[in-house]
Amino acid sequence: MSHPQQIIPHGHVLRYTLRERLVHWIAGVSYVYLLGTGLAFWSPWLFWLAAALGGAQVSRTLHSWAGLIFVGAVWYMYVMWAPQMKHTDDDRRWWKALKYYSTNQDEKMPPAGRYNAGQKFLFWGFFWCSLLLLLSGVFLWAPQYFAWHSLLAMRIAVLVHASAALFTIGLFMIHLYMGIFAERGAFGSVIRGDVSIAFAKRYHPTWYKEIVGESSSPRK
Amino acid sequence: MSQATLRVQKISGHAGSIPGQDTQREYTVCKFIDTTTCIGCKACEVACVEWNDLPFSETVFDNTYQTMPETRWNYWNLILFNEHEREDGSLLWLMRKNQCMHCAEPGCLAACPADGAIVQYTNGIVDFQQANCIGCGYCITGCPFDIPKMNPKTHRVFKCTLCTDRVSEGLEPACIKSCPTGCLHFGTKDDMKELAESRAKQLRDHSNFPNAGVYDPPGVGGTGVIYVLHDASNPEIYGGLPKNPHVPWSVKLWKGPLKWLGNVAMIGGLVGLFVHYLRYGPKAREEEDLAIKPGGGRT
Repeated sequence: MSHPQQIIPHGHVLRYTLRERLVHWIAGVSYVYLLGTGLAFWSPWLFWLAAALGGAQVSRTLHSWAGLIFVGAVWYMYVMWAPQMKHTDDDRRWWKALKYYSTNQDEKMPPAGRYNAGQKFLFWGFFWCSLLLLLSGVFLWAPQYFAWHSLLAMRIAVLVHASAALFTIGLFMIHLYMGIFAERGAFGSVIRGDVSIAFAKRYHPTWYKEIVGESSSPRK
Repeated sequence: MSQATLRVQKISGHAGSIPGQDTQREYTVCKFIDTTTCIGCKACEVACVEWNDLPFSETVFDNTYQTMPETRWNYWNLILFNEHEREDGSLLWLMRKNQCMHCAEPGCLAACPADGAIVQYTNGIVDFQQANCIGCGYCITGCPFDIPKMNPKTHRVFKCTLCTDRVSEGLEPACIKSCPTGCLHFGTKDDMKELAESRAKQLRDHSNFPNAGVYDPPGVGGTGVIYVLHDASNPEIYGGLPKNPHVPWSVKLWKGPLKWLGNVAMIGGLVGLFVHYLRYGPKAREEEDLAIKPGGGRT
């Protein structure tokens, strides 16, 4: 991008570029709309959500289009981040130490790169679920355009759509919890782009070493 | 197409109690179709299109009597013609008037997520309320008879209403009125069942149809449309009438275990995360980070 370098406050480092933040929020806003309308269709007890999100018919129509926007954003993230989301040996150690992570004993965690193993799981979970949601969703949107359409295929698609959506809801809840409540500074980083050096060192030490040019640690 | 005189006992996608449930002493209504005396004249088809003011639908000509392959959003009543060769080599030319079966346990209603888009009246009629329909097509997946059809332009689903407007005024449905052979009957479920059974017995005893019987499938709680078939042991030969129809497994799975599991997981997840936060709190506090000197050394 040709915009001037973002000004990072003293004691902070850039974690997310403008492009990364924009794509994140395109996905985020569209996902919240999809979640609200989807839950309205999931349970009669939440059908009022559809009324709040534009009315039942509008919710159903916009659900499909919001889905396309969401999948588009996820695809862009895939192109942008997939190389950084590769599974490493550190990730395996990270999963084994999950109990320390979940009980806030972060000093016992193996060092994480730009993304820790949990974040990678979130990314791939959303990626594959989005693919399933796209396939089942587009098919249910207009089954008559698919030569192979059948009642059986529609019945399976309904189940796939609901199951994949439920899985993303689980991921989404944990994502929100980690980003807003557990890792203080993470929410600001996806708005303003920067994190404090302490944040970088605490949660992503390997990444921090990479961006400061290994100056504070010997080369491997 | 709701009727003020009809009260509702089941509502799709509805939370809370149902206004008309158990509030009315009413007979369950029923169409009885005697396939053995149908002559395939299609008067019922025309009467349906006429009474319901449906726009005309294009027909298909393939050198058979089947001028339309299946019911459509604007063609709710269709006679299916089938030739069936019996074991003795003789030919049966089967004609079955196909339409919504008005199941006592409607799969469409179970699958529908839109509040009030599908209702079942206390007289047993299953009716779509297009004003509430959101066009998701889930009812189509819930029907074991492949009856509901979507209007591609308005994205609302239509099907036979069993002429709710006529029935609520004490008239028989338009198709029944038009039938010239008397193969169509309309009345209470009990009366129609009795009439159908006596006709089936007649066919067994006097007309050399030992397998003649009544089609009132228990898998969907019985239907508001019942048939007498020459061969009730093999309903599939009548244009794919399912032998043992039931609410599809996918709808049962989705509205049963999957919904239960999903709700427990979502609510449990929210409670779990909240309790986790109460127990462990944030991993670190921003105030601490702000106290850190540039370069990363802790104070």
